[in-house]
Amino acid sequence: MSAPTTPTLLYLDNVTVTFDGFRALNALSLAIDHHEMRAIIGPNGAGKTTMMDVITGKAKPDDGQAVFDGSHDLTALDEATIAELGIGRKFQTPTVFEHHTVEDNILLALKADRRPFSALLSRRDKVERERIDALLERVRLNRHRHRLAAELSHGQKQWLEIGMLLAQEPKLLLVDEPAAGMTDQETADTADLLRDIAKTRAVVVVEHDMTFVRDLGVKVTCLHEGSVLAEGPLDVVSANERVIEVYLGR
Amino acid sequence: MSTIINRQAVVVLVLLALAAIVIPAMNLAAAPGSVFHLSDHLVPLFGKYLCFALLALSVDLVWGFCGILSLGHGAFFALGGYAMGMYLMRQVGSRGVYADPVLPDFMVFLNWKELPWFWEGFNHFPYALLMILAVPGALAFVFGWFAFRSRVTGVYLSIMTQAMTFALMLAFFRNDMGFGGNNGLTDFKDILGFSVQAKSTRIALFVLSVAALAAGYVLCRWVVSSKLGKVVVAIRDAESRTRFLGYHVEQYKLVVFTLSAMLAGVAGALYVPQVGIINPGEFAPANSIEAVIWVAVGGRGTLAGAILGALVVNAGKTWFTGAVPEYWLFALGGLFVLVTLFMPTGILGAADKVWKRLRSRPEDTRGELASQAAE
Repeated sequence: MSAPTTPTLLYLDNVTVTFDGFRALNALSLAIDHHEMRAIIGPNGAGKTTMMDVITGKAKPDDGQAVFDGSHDLTALDEATIAELGIGRKFQTPTVFEHHTVEDNILLALKADRRPFSALLSRRDKVERERIDALLERVRLNRHRHRLAAELSHGQKQWLEIGMLLAQEPKLLLVDEPAAGMTDQETADTADLLRDIAKTRAVVVVEHDMTFVRDLGVKVTCLHEGSVLAEGPLDVVSANERVIEVYLGR
Repeated sequence: MSTIINRQAVVVLVLLALAAIVIPAMNLAAAPGSVFHLSDHLVPLFGKYLCFALLALSVDLVWGFCGILSLGHGAFFALGGYAMGMYLMRQVGSRGVYADPVLPDFMVFLNWKELPWFWEGFNHFPYALLMILAVPGALAFVFGWFAFRSRVTGVYLSIMTQAMTFALMLAFFRNDMGFGGNNGLTDFKDILGFSVQAKSTRIALFVLSVAALAAGYVLCRWVVSSKLGKVVVAIRDAESRTRFLGYHVEQYKLVVFTLSAMLAGVAGALYVPQVGIINPGEFAPANSIEAVIWVAVGGRGTLAGAILGALVVNAGKTWFTGAVPEYWLFALGGLFVLVTLFMPTGILGAADKVWKRLRSRPEDTRGELASQAAE
C-alpha cells in the first residue's frame, strides 16, 4: 500500500476514534485547503476537541487517515514532530508559561532548532530579537514584555498564546474557542487578528459564539456525534433543518 | 536575568571561597585551645556537608527546575561513591589483612581466586574518575530513556525511583555481587599516593569539595539560565504546551536527569574518602528522601537554596544526634511538615519575600505622603 498523499493542506478521511466504546469521532472526513480559514461548530460532545487531538497527535484514531501537507501521515507521529511539521494549536483555556516573562514565552515558541544541545548553546541574536519585537507588536503585548505571563489578564493570555502560535510559523493553526471569556471589543479584535493571519496560513477555529463565527465570515463545518452534519457558508448551514434540530436545540 | 553569574551566584561563590580559606586556616594556623581553632575531626565533617550540598544541587536541578521528583538520587550518589571506593580498595594493595597484592580483603575472605572483570581498571585513577561520571550517568540515561519515553510522570515516577534505589541496595547487600556485601568498602589507605588519614589530605579533600560544589553550582547556573533551562521550566509548568510547541519533552528530561545523576555521582565520590567507608546503606530509600527535604527546606528551584538547605539540615542533624539522638527523626519530620505548611518556597523563598516587603515599604509610604499632600 502506497502512502496516501493530499493536494489539500490537511485531509482527514473516515477517521474514527473510540473511547471505551464511545465513538468520539465517527468516520469523520474533512479537507482544509492551503490559506483557508474554516470555522468548526457543533454542540458539546460533537467531537471538536477529539478532532484537534487527532490532528496534533494527542489521540490516535482506530481507523481512517489523517494526512498533512503532501504525504505526512499524522497518525504515525508524536505531538512534537507534528508541531515541527507546521501545525500550531491553541488550547481552549489559555495555556502559557506562567513563570516566564511574556518575551520568553515568545522566545520559546520561535521557530528554531528544537534539540536540547542547540537550546543549551543558543544565544539570542538580532534576527530573533526583531522577530520577537514584531510578534509582540502584532499581539499588542509590547508594553508587557518584561512581565510574568501569570500577571496578564485572561484576554492578554489568549493573545499571547496566539502570538506563540505565530512564532512557530505554522502552516496550519488550530484555535480552540479563542473568544471564550473575552469582552466584546476583545472578541472583535480577535476576529480581525485571525482574519489577518489567515491571509498567509490556514486557520481552523472551533467556536461556540455565533456572532464571532459570523464576524469571521468563512466556510463553516458543523459536527454532530463525531461526523460532519453540514458544510458551507454560515447562512446555509444555519438554515439546515438538521443543524437547527441538533445544534440550536429545537 | 539570563546571565550565568547573577547577584545570587556572586554571594554563593564568595561564601564558598571564604569557606575554602577560613576553615583550613582555622584548622592549621590557629593554636589549639584558641576559640578560632577548628579540631581535626570537623574538617571532614564539613567536607561531608559540602558533598551533601552538591547532592542537593543535583536534586534541585531535576525537581526544582524540571518538576521530576526523584526519590532515588541517593543511588547515583552511592554509585559514584562505590566507584571511588573501588579505586581506594585497589590502592590498598598488599597492605590488607590478607596481604594479597591484587584482591581486596573481602574477596580473599570469600575465597575468590581472581578479580571480577568489573574491578579491572579501577587501580588507575583516571579510569575511576571516568566511572564516577559514567556509571551514575548511564543508569540515569537508561532509566530515564524508558520512563520519559513512556511518559511516566508525577508520583508514579517518584515511586519508580524509590524502587530503583531499593533494588540496588538489596543487590549491593549480597556478597556475590562483588562489592563487599553489607560491610561495603572500607579500611582505605591512600589516595593518589597520599594517606587518607593525613591532616593535609583531609584539608585537600575539603578544598576539593568546595571546588566541586562551586563548579557544580556554576554548571547548574549555566544550564538553568540557557534557553534549555527555560524549556525545562516550561516543561515543569505546562508539559503538553511545550510538546505542542515542537519540543521533544523526553529528550530534555533525559539530558537534565542524566546530568543531575553525574553531579550526584561526583558528590558521592568526594564523600567516600572523607568518611572512610561506603556501604549499601547509602542506597537506603530514606537517604534519597532526606536529600529532597534539604532542597524543600532551603528553597526549591533556586540552586542556592538547595546548598543552604543541605548545610542547615545536616548541621542540625549533627547537633541533634549528639545532644538528643532519639528526637532527630521527629525533628526532621516536623521540619518538613512546618516548611511545607508555612514556608512552601523554603528559607530562601521566605527570605526573598521579607526582603521585597522591606524594600517596597518606604516607596509605599512615600506614595501615601504624596497623595496626602495632594489632597
